[in-house]
Formats: sequence, structure tokens, C-alpha cells
Amino acid sequence: MSTTVATSPSLDAPTGNLTVNDLSVYYGGKKALGPVNMNIPGKQVTALIGPSGCGKSTFLRSLNRMNELIPGCRVEGSVKLDDEPVYGPAVDAVAVRRRIGMVFQKSNPFPKSIFDNVAYGLRIGGMNGRSELGGRVETALRHAALWDEVKDRLDESALGLSGGQQQRLCIARALAVEPDVILMDEPASALDPIATAHIEELIHELAQRYTVVIVTHNMQQAARVSHHTAFFYMGDLIEFDRTPVIFTKPSQSKTEDYITGRFG
Amino acid sequence: MTAPRQFAQESPLPVAASAIIAPSSPDVTELVHRPRRAARLRSRRPPLVERVVEKLIHILAYSAVAAIILIFIFIAKEAWPLLTSDEIHREVTLGKMWFIQQWPGYDAPEHVWQPVSEFPKYGVWPLLVGTLKVTLVSMLVAVPLAIAAAVFVSQYASQRVREIVKPAIEFLAGIPSVVLGFFALIVMASWFQDVFGFDSRLNAIVAGVALSFAVIPVIFTVCEEALGAVPRSYVEASVALGAARWQTITKVVLPAAAPGIAASIALGLGRAFGETMIVLMASGNAAILSWNPAESVRTLSATIAAELAEVVFGGPHYTVLFALAVLLFLITFGINFVGDFTITRMKRRMGVAS
Amino acid sequence: MNRPALRAARRPRLGDAALWLATGLATLLVLAVLVVILVDVIRHGTPRLTLGFLTQAPKDGMMAGGIFPAIFGTVALVLLMTLAALPAGVATAIYLHEYADPTALPTRLVRIAVNNLAGVPSIVFGLFGLGFFVQFAGGTIDKLFFGGEKFYGQPALVWAALTMAILTLPVVIVATEEALSAVPSDVRMASAALGATKFQTITRVVLPQAVPGILTGGILAVSRGAGEVAPLLFTGAAYFLPKLPHTLHDQFMQLGYHVYVLATQSPDVDATRPLLYATVLVLLALTFALNASAVFVRSRMRKRIASRA
Repeated sequence: MSTTVATSPSLDAPTGNLTVNDLSVYYGGKKALGPVNMNIPGKQVTALIGPSGCGKSTFLRSLNRMNELIPGCRVEGSVKLDDEPVYGPAVDAVAVRRRIGMVFQKSNPFPKSIFDNVAYGLRIGGMNGRSELGGRVETALRHAALWDEVKDRLDESALGLSGGQQQRLCIARALAVEPDVILMDEPASALDPIATAHIEELIHELAQRYTVVIVTHNMQQAARVSHHTAFFYMGDLIEFDRTPVIFTKPSQSKTEDYITGRFG
Repeated sequence: MTAPRQFAQESPLPVAASAIIAPSSPDVTELVHRPRRAARLRSRRPPLVERVVEKLIHILAYSAVAAIILIFIFIAKEAWPLLTSDEIHREVTLGKMWFIQQWPGYDAPEHVWQPVSEFPKYGVWPLLVGTLKVTLVSMLVAVPLAIAAAVFVSQYASQRVREIVKPAIEFLAGIPSVVLGFFALIVMASWFQDVFGFDSRLNAIVAGVALSFAVIPVIFTVCEEALGAVPRSYVEASVALGAARWQTITKVVLPAAAPGIAASIALGLGRAFGETMIVLMASGNAAILSWNPAESVRTLSATIAAELAEVVFGGPHYTVLFALAVLLFLITFGINFVGDFTITRMKRRMGVAS
Repeated sequence: MNRPALRAARRPRLGDAALWLATGLATLLVLAVLVVILVDVIRHGTPRLTLGFLTQAPKDGMMAGGIFPAIFGTVALVLLMTLAALPAGVATAIYLHEYADPTALPTRLVRIAVNNLAGVPSIVFGLFGLGFFVQFAGGTIDKLFFGGEKFYGQPALVWAALTMAILTLPVVIVATEEALSAVPSDVRMASAALGATKFQTITRVVLPQAVPGILTGGILAVSRGAGEVAPLLFTGAAYFLPKLPHTLHDQFMQLGYHVYVLATQSPDVDATRPLLYATVLVLLALTFALNASAVFVRSRMRKRIASRA
């Protein structure tokens, strides 16, 4: 698949492409990232790799405007979800986050029941009624490969689940609102190898329905899991290409240095 | 290097054994030949002063336990004759206090509190109802205001605003209750009279509102802390799911802080129940049994405060007043206990380790 | 519900505005109460607030003169109270924090006792002061040392001070424990690693660092001692005394009690009102000064900890 985006988005099947143009992020006057130009293809997994502090998490968070929670943060440039701009005075950040969901590094389920956690996004969107919610909760939990493990204890506290289960619960919670894009910030870094394997399998399946952008410091994981990879270094996007290309024939020397472990 | 050194200390080192220790290490060989002045490893007893002071600390530490036990014992001791003394029973019994009585000169049986009269009447219900009325009014005013203010300060206010509001509320907390009672009596009562035109100038509403001024800082402080302690990760998760600010606050932050909020309400309730000076000065001090908050009331604590000065030591009135104190003590104990229990239950239900 | 257009509702949400407004109004209301009280007291009390007011005794049945005896009595009460409460409170806190096993039964008992002591209504303290100190202890002392003559078996400064000491014990304990917890564990470990006994570590390293916190507790206790009235009603406070208290078994005047009697039992309410307001102003000013110094000490302590961390 080429890295250019489809030019005519179909109206009834949004493809979930993200188009990033000249995106720069400033923290209190200091530039932390950019300018970045990138077309993230829809319904594929894109991995963002790079050493610590290179800006990959900052980039991820600017896709769903979560950067705005940090005081003193300024964003320039544009991000588009299919045809719609994500930034701009006429755009509602809350609506953006319903279409572009996020899963965090450390799982953060609410101190509520498993059911209430997954249903949260639906309830704030106005959906009520246990039967209607129940169907969507079950679907989300199935897509997150968690349904079988929790179907008999939906009303128990979510905090009683294991680390890996909690993370899958957070994924289910994000899936319940049926976003177009799912952003994942090092989703498996706090998990043991078996749980990590589960998450990676899950990412594979998710790509059939959603656009997935995942930040990872684990290069092997990026190689296993993604269709495309972007390499960031010191606040700049160095290279963006199909994963096999990045990991075997990168065109930038910096990329090659990082891939081969010459620096970390 | 420690192992060889210890070995050297344990016993005089025969020359042969020195072969085990690396001959090239100068420190060790020196140690072998130096007379043993190294510190003993056996523990020695600490000096007398230390032991005495530590003992003193242990004893003083039980002063709180001793105090609370003593308090209960002595109050109960002075109230005990109510249950046992025949002489007291000629005038009043526990039954006469709680059950409705037919008094001479009254058309129908009534609960009346009138200890100083030809026929002393010790009906406790007017006092209980009075206490409940004032407490209810004060909680109805204080709880919403304090929680709302805590939400504002912890969720919306900037650092500068917080630095003004929090000390201000702490100062409100520090205002002695006698000053609040004074304010209620001298200023608020007339104002309420002008605006609402109550029959009694001093009543449960005036006292209740003044009491809420004392309760608000209690609830506010604990609530604000609880709201501030909600982990940021919950807020982030909610925002990332596309919740509006008010949804995050009402559906995630407030429920997560619920145990702390419940604790604050329990604390406020205990404070309201036992408060003396405000009600003594502003509630009208008329022991009337009625559910109308606009009438004068007498609370348990105010009764004790007002009447103890004129009783005969050891007499029935004296004994009954101490019995009221036992009742007050038990009620506040009960509120604390129920409060703790509820909070532990809430924490467990949320799955949080308490 | 699915796929909301990104351009949707950019107008400020009704829910957001409503919540902000409601909670902001509540905060303003609470602050307004404080302001109204302060303004009223300052307005009516300042005219009477002169140096003479603070240094003279009351005259003409509380219509003229000053409140010096009440100030003196309050200071005497508070000094005695602190003398009793500080050692006991600090010792309890040291025991709870440094020596006690948190899971053992005695420790839990002490904690429960402290919590419940904090919740006892103030009038119950007053009754206890009357029943235990004045009548039992005082009566016994009179019998043993004064041949039954009434010296200590009646309301007295010492009994009032001891009653207040028990009342403020939880305040001192909590403040001291907070201060002890704030001492970082690495300093304790350093002391232990140098071979100090537990006692030495506590007295030479921990306590000196905890002094600001203990001071805060003392200040807060003093603030309560100046303003509480209910515990003093039967244990030693009086309305008008010809002489200042000079022994432990004398009665005394106190600022809070003075306000209470002036407000509720004055024969000529209008004539004594200026004195009443001025007394309240003095009491409030004292409370404010004490609270402010406690806040100051606490914030200095926190800054020192933050800079070291």
C-alpha cells in the first residue's frame, strides 16, 4: 500500500485517514515538535518509534487534542480526519475525542464496575437503557478479546482485574464509542510478555476496523505489529514508510543508526 | 573487606591463618597486629535517662485513652442514679423521660420538658426534636454549599483564587462559636425577622443557619482534599473518551471522591449535633415539641449548658442533665461509627484498597 | 450518536457553564458570609477599640472601661492549658508514629480514642470538668489538704485549664503527627546507620525538624482556648471579678465567656453593645493573628521540605 491517502473519501465508509500538515507543538514558547508532514493511512497500524524525548508521544497526543490539557501548550499546523479539520476555532475538541480514541500507557480504569467502565463513553453521549448499552458493551468487550473472561462478572469492580485485563478493558472502553481512529501510547510497556502478546494480537485484529496509531519504544514490537512506521528524532519526523522498508532498507542514516542500535 | 576484618577481631589470629587473608592488603595485616580496641558488637543498655523518658512517653501516650474512658465513666457515674436511686425515681424515671405522660393541669398527655415547676417534667422528646430541627436546617444549608464550593476550588479555581479562598475558609473555621452565636443573636435574628416575619425572633432557622457557618468549613476542607486526591489518570481517561468538563466532574471525579465526601458529611453532622454556644444564644431556648422550624427550640446541649448552673448537686434535675450528656455522647459516637462503616463500605465497593 | 461531525457544538456547553456558575456562586456565598461578619464587627467594634480598652478593667456595669481582666484571664488559661496539653499531645504523637506497631491492638485503641475525643461535644467536656476535676479531684484535695474548706472544690483556673487541655489534645496530636511524618525517612536512616539509638534519633534529628509542626498544633490549640466557652461555663469562668486571678484556685474572666454573658444577660443591651462589639473584635483579631501565624509556620515548613526533596 502506498503512503499517499485516498483522494476521494467515500461518504458512507469513512476510511479514517489522518492527514498532518506542518504540525508544530510548542510548550511555553519552546518548540517540542515539528513541523511534521504525514499521511496516516486508514484501517492500518502505524507505529511511531524513536528514542526518549523525541516527540512521538507529543505527536500522538496532538492528534486528538489531548495536548490541550497541558497549560502553555500551543499547536500550529493542521490535522485532518478524512476531510474534517481537527483543529480550528469552529471545531469541538470533545467531538474530536469521540472520533479519535486513546489508550494510555498505564491502564486507568475508573473505580466503577466493568460494565460501567465500558458504558461510560456511551452514557455521556446520551445513551441510556441497560439493554441497549448491554449490546454495545458486549460488542466492545468481544472486540477487545475480553468478553469471555469477564462476561460473568460485569458488575464487579474493574480494579479487581489483572494488569493485562485492565488494559484490554481500557481498549474496550475506547472501542465502545466506535471511533474512527485509536491512538495507543505504549499500551503494553507496563505488561508482562504474555499480556503483551495478547495486546499485540488484538492490535492486529483492530486494524480491520479501525485506524491504529501506536507509540512504542520497543522496535521489535513495531516491526511485529505495524504496517507503517514513522521514526522521530529530537522533535522531527525523520522518516515514514512501510514497516518492512524502514526496518530493512531505511533511506535516512539516522533511521538506520537507530534501527541497528547504534544509539537508543 | 569486612569479612577479613571481622575474622581478625573474633580471635587472635595465628600466623598460619593469616595466609587466608590476602597478604598484600595492608589494612588487614595491620589490624591483626593492632591491639583490639574495636567497638563491641554486643548490644549495651541505653542510659537511664533514655529509658525513663521513653517510659514516660509510653505512659503519656495513653492519656488520650484515659481521658475518653474517664469522661464516659464520670458522666455515666453521675447519671447512674437515674436508673438505680429510689429517691430520684420519686420525681423522674427513664420511662417518664421517654414516654408520653399525663400531667396535672393538661388536657391531654404530652411530652413536656419543664424541670423547674411544681410538677417537674422531664420529657426528653422536645429537646431531641429541637436538636434534630437545628441540625437538619444547618446540614441542609451547609452540605450543598460546602460541596459546591469544594468542587469549584478544586476543579475550576486558579492557583491565585485558591490561595485566597482556602485561607478565608480556614479563618471562618477558626471563628469561635460564641462569636457566631453573638452574630446570630444580634444581627441575623433581626434581619430574618425583617425579611421573613417569624413569630419568634429566635428560632431553629436562625440558629440552624448560624450553625451552618460553623459546619461549612468542616465539610469544605475534607471534601476539597478528597476531590484533589482523585488520580489524574481518571480525568485523562474521561477526557480522552470525549466527555465534557461537567461530565468528567460529575460522573468521574465526584464518584471517585465519594468516600471522602461522606466522611466530611459525617464530621459535619457530629459537629452540628454537639454544638452548644450557637444554639444557646440564638435558638430561643424554649422547649417546644413542634416540627415547625420557625419556632424557638431547645437542644440537648443548650439544655445542659443553661440549666446546670442552678441545679441541686446530686438531685433529680442534676442526674437527668448528666443523663442527657450520656445521650449526647452516645449519639455522636454513633454518628462517627456509622460514618466510618459507610465509608469503608464505599471504598470496598469501588475496589480501592482502603 | 455515532460519528458526530467535528464541527458540531463549539458553543460553550450548557452543562459546563451551569456547573461553573453554580459552584462559583456557592463559593462566593460562603466568602460573603465571612465578609459580612467581619465588616459588621469591625464597623461597630473599632470606635471602642482604644489602648485604654485593652488595659483597663470594666466599669459601670460593663458600660465603660475595658476588658483587661478578660485578656489576662484568657492568657493565664491558655498558658496553663498549653503546659498540660503539649507534653501529653506530643508524647502521644511520638508514640503513635515512632514506637507503636500500627497493627497492634493498643495502637488502634489509642487512635480510636483520639478520633472520638475530637468528636466529643464541648459541653460534655464542661460537664466532665465539673464532675471529675471540680467536684472529685478538687473535693478530694480540699479534704486532704485544707480540712474540708473550699479551695479547689469549686470552679478554678487550674480545672478549667485541664479541661481545655483534654479538649485540645487531639489538635496537638494531629499536628505533631503531621510534622513527624514530614521528616523524610532518609534522614532517620542516616542517623540509624551512624549507630544512634531510636531515642537519640528522635530527640536529636526528628524532633528538631518537627518543631514547626508542633508549633502549629500549639497555636491552633491556643486559638481554641481563647474562644471556647462551653467547657468553661462550670469550671472557672466568671463575668465580673474585682481582682485578677493570682492563684491556681481563683476564678478568671475570659474573652469568649465575656462575649456570651454580655450578649445574653446584660440588663441594658443597648448600653453595653459597644463594649460587646469591641470585645468580639478583640477576640476575632486574636483568632486571626493566631490562625495566620499557624498558616505562616506551616507554609514555611512545607517550603523547607519541598526544597530539600
